[in-house]
Amino acid sequence: MTMAAKLTAPGWYRVLLALPIGLVIAIGLVTGIRALGGADPVFDGSAVTTVALIVVPFAFLIGIGCFDYWFRWASGAPTVPEDHSGHGADSWRDYFRVNTDHKVIGIQYIVTTFVFFILGGLMAMAIRMELIAPGRQLVDPNTYNGMFSVHASLMIFLFIIPVFAGIANYVIPLMIGAPDMAFPRLNALSYWLLPVAGVMMLASFFAPGGAFATGWTAYAPLSTELPEGQTFFTMAVQFAGASSIATALNFLVTIITMRAPGMTFFRMPLLVWANFTTSLLVVIATPFIAGSQFMILLDRALGAEFFNPAGSGDVIMYQHVFWFYSHPAVYIMMLPGFGIVSEVITANARKPIFGYRMMAFSLLAIVVLGFTVWAHHMFVSGMFSWLRIPMMITTMLIAVPTGIKIFSWLATLWRGVIHLRTPMLFALGFITMFTLGGISGVMLAMVPVVIHVSDTYFVVAHIHYVLFGGSVFTIFAGIYHWFPKMTGRMYDETLGRVHFWLSFVFFNLTFGPMHFVGVDGMPRRVADYASEFATLNAVISVSAFVFGLSFLIFLYNMIASWRFGPRADANPWHAKTLEWQVSSPPPKFNFDEIPTVVGGPYEYGVPGAVHGVFKEKSKAVPVAASAGMRGE
Amino acid sequence: MADEHADTEGGAEPPPERREPPEPSGQHPIARMLLIDAIASAIGVGLVLLIDWFPPVASSAAGPIDTLYHVTLVVAVPIFVLVMTVAIYSVIRFRARPDDTREGAPVHGSARLEVVWVAVPFVIVSALAAYAWIVLDDIEARSPDALRVDVRGQQFAWTFQYPQRGGPPVQSEQLVLPVGRQADFSIQAADVIHSFWVPAFRIKQDAVPGIRTETRTTPTRTGTFGVVCAELCGVGHATMRQTVRVLPQREFGRWLASRRGGGGGGSPG
Repeated sequence: MTMAAKLTAPGWYRVLLALPIGLVIAIGLVTGIRALGGADPVFDGSAVTTVALIVVPFAFLIGIGCFDYWFRWASGAPTVPEDHSGHGADSWRDYFRVNTDHKVIGIQYIVTTFVFFILGGLMAMAIRMELIAPGRQLVDPNTYNGMFSVHASLMIFLFIIPVFAGIANYVIPLMIGAPDMAFPRLNALSYWLLPVAGVMMLASFFAPGGAFATGWTAYAPLSTELPEGQTFFTMAVQFAGASSIATALNFLVTIITMRAPGMTFFRMPLLVWANFTTSLLVVIATPFIAGSQFMILLDRALGAEFFNPAGSGDVIMYQHVFWFYSHPAVYIMMLPGFGIVSEVITANARKPIFGYRMMAFSLLAIVVLGFTVWAHHMFVSGMFSWLRIPMMITTMLIAVPTGIKIFSWLATLWRGVIHLRTPMLFALGFITMFTLGGISGVMLAMVPVVIHVSDTYFVVAHIHYVLFGGSVFTIFAGIYHWFPKMTGRMYDETLGRVHFWLSFVFFNLTFGPMHFVGVDGMPRRVADYASEFATLNAVISVSAFVFGLSFLIFLYNMIASWRFGPRADANPWHAKTLEWQVSSPPPKFNFDEIPTVVGGPYEYGVPGAVHGVFKEKSKAVPVAASAGMRGE
Repeated sequence: MADEHADTEGGAEPPPERREPPEPSGQHPIARMLLIDAIASAIGVGLVLLIDWFPPVASSAAGPIDTLYHVTLVVAVPIFVLVMTVAIYSVIRFRARPDDTREGAPVHGSARLEVVWVAVPFVIVSALAAYAWIVLDDIEARSPDALRVDVRGQQFAWTFQYPQRGGPPVQSEQLVLPVGRQADFSIQAADVIHSFWVPAFRIKQDAVPGIRTETRTTPTRTGTFGVVCAELCGVGHATMRQTVRVLPQREFGRWLASRRGGGGGGSPG
């Protein structure tokens, strides 16, 4: 390709050209308007940064090629017929460009999010290094505050939420018998928004004043007053949120309209149910965090008074808007994991899921109830006090549909044929750790208890039990479970078991003691603490280091097995869902023929039961992938 | 257990041969499991109750809150132990050899069991919620002769004021309180959100710029206890730690009088 062709074709060369153009436009726009308006000084670094944080990412996305087709179509020029040349991967290069294949996008998501997981994890190691003893060990308090803020933000917005989207992106079209997602180009854009958000959060460390240091919760008025790094968070959340919403839209349309013939809603695997309900949460709730951050941005950049108590602002309103998203967010971070656990347990116990319909309905119940509990994050916020009671009641009630799931998984084990493979170990570890997190959650529902333990390490313990012992354990389970499908190779089972046991033991040694120091009086988000907490903090820190090291075993297993592992069959787990009925890895367009679904997805032990029927290859008639037949 | 001939098929996936689904051997396996569960629960409950979770009980709120917490543990531990027991027991009882390609029992559900595990948790959480509501009303009840204390949070220290009838309020950088008399805290923030927390009292309330928030409790022990800021308020958040001194009522009266400065007059608050 000539240099001119390289610079005009979508890709990294064009990105290198687009970025400086974007920066110049941002500077020009801001300085021009300020000059016209008579502002003094004309060049204002803060204003330029704010606008650049919008323009430059778009320059990147345009350069890499996310918008080419839509710009061409919107301009009225004749569209080029799709030749699928942008689809699929033949070499590693195909993973570094805009690709419309959901399998490629899924792997792009998973690898990118794990990079951010590693960076967030390194920050956690630094945090524990600082807290290993009272006094300063490593960093000054401002840097420390920045570290735990970026740690949490990366883990939530750049790891847990999108990695589930990535796993689902890969698996769900295969599971429902579809050749791809409903909107493959939108899917690609959803992916590319992620590195934008992550780089932005990390870049905040280089802003004057350091990284954003208000936690991932960014409460006003601290967040409207702190230096420039805060704007990086405010903007990054918008990009990550846009990614999340676009993906959820894609999942909803795909699941509703592209299921194979015969796959009624009650013949869908529970992973599909889980991502369907999660997507409902995402599209309804995420705009609220976008709104909260827009208001922070306007307060910072234009002197708006949304949250300014000296003006007409309402400080607590920020928390209401923020938590109206951020509570459903925790279910966004858990429901896909519930789906993964259902897949892993049925495959490794070789039994139907116990109570399939209640498992599906409990997901819906959690979605509905999840919107009614947000103020339990605000019990001591000074909000109007009578709201605490109904919020306590709804929060307690949400334990019921969650409990249904735990008991159903346990009942699925009973009289199964249980294979303790690595995914199953993580699923079992999840059940026990999530139960503990759920118990501390019930405690945190009770207002009198919360008055004491709010904003203490008891909360830090709870969130890590449900987000790590909960969500991340299910992520590991899912990665191991679908690793052979995605890579065509088997991971090393022994290393997988070692990873599990080390994680399980040292996870508990790290986060278990946090319950004690929290109840005993240690607040959270502190760079230093009273000397009475020194011993337990030292234990926590040392355990955390070993816990962090255990991840290296996983990393090695993944990389070495992907390169050199033994070849995997189409169906190493002898599972029944559709993704296991195609090769590992699957063909570029998934199915030579769309299958017909004739029964449920977990009919183990039922003589003659079949989930999907594949016609012989000679009949090359594409089957219309409509909404599927109603009734069983 | 049923006959165990290995699955010889490679390639395509024919339906597996019908073989006997796993049955737990031995008599009354569920009863045995529940017995193990009961013993483990008793041990677990004993252990968690032995742990000294809380700072000293120094207010009228601390006792009820601590009890509520312990009761919740007593309810929660058996539930956790039950989950662990069923999981571990099942995994041991029904574990298959790696080459075992049998399928499990085709059990799809049990309406009766589902009703039980919806109803029982519902009753438990409802009871706990009711109990918590009662405790909340109890610890927040107003006392008629409360001592009003204004609390002001700023980056990075608390200051306190004791409003006086017929005179300027008494200022203090340390919180001093009389034992046995309810203290009614009216809390403000000068700059950003802080949170006024006295662990030994088990009270906490955010200090929010632009509004007044409140909390109240009755100190029940003399002594010196920590006052901790519990809401991230900037670089000095970790250092925003002070103390509260609880004095016998007469001593408190003398302290207040000495702070009032020249001239007697004016009864406290």
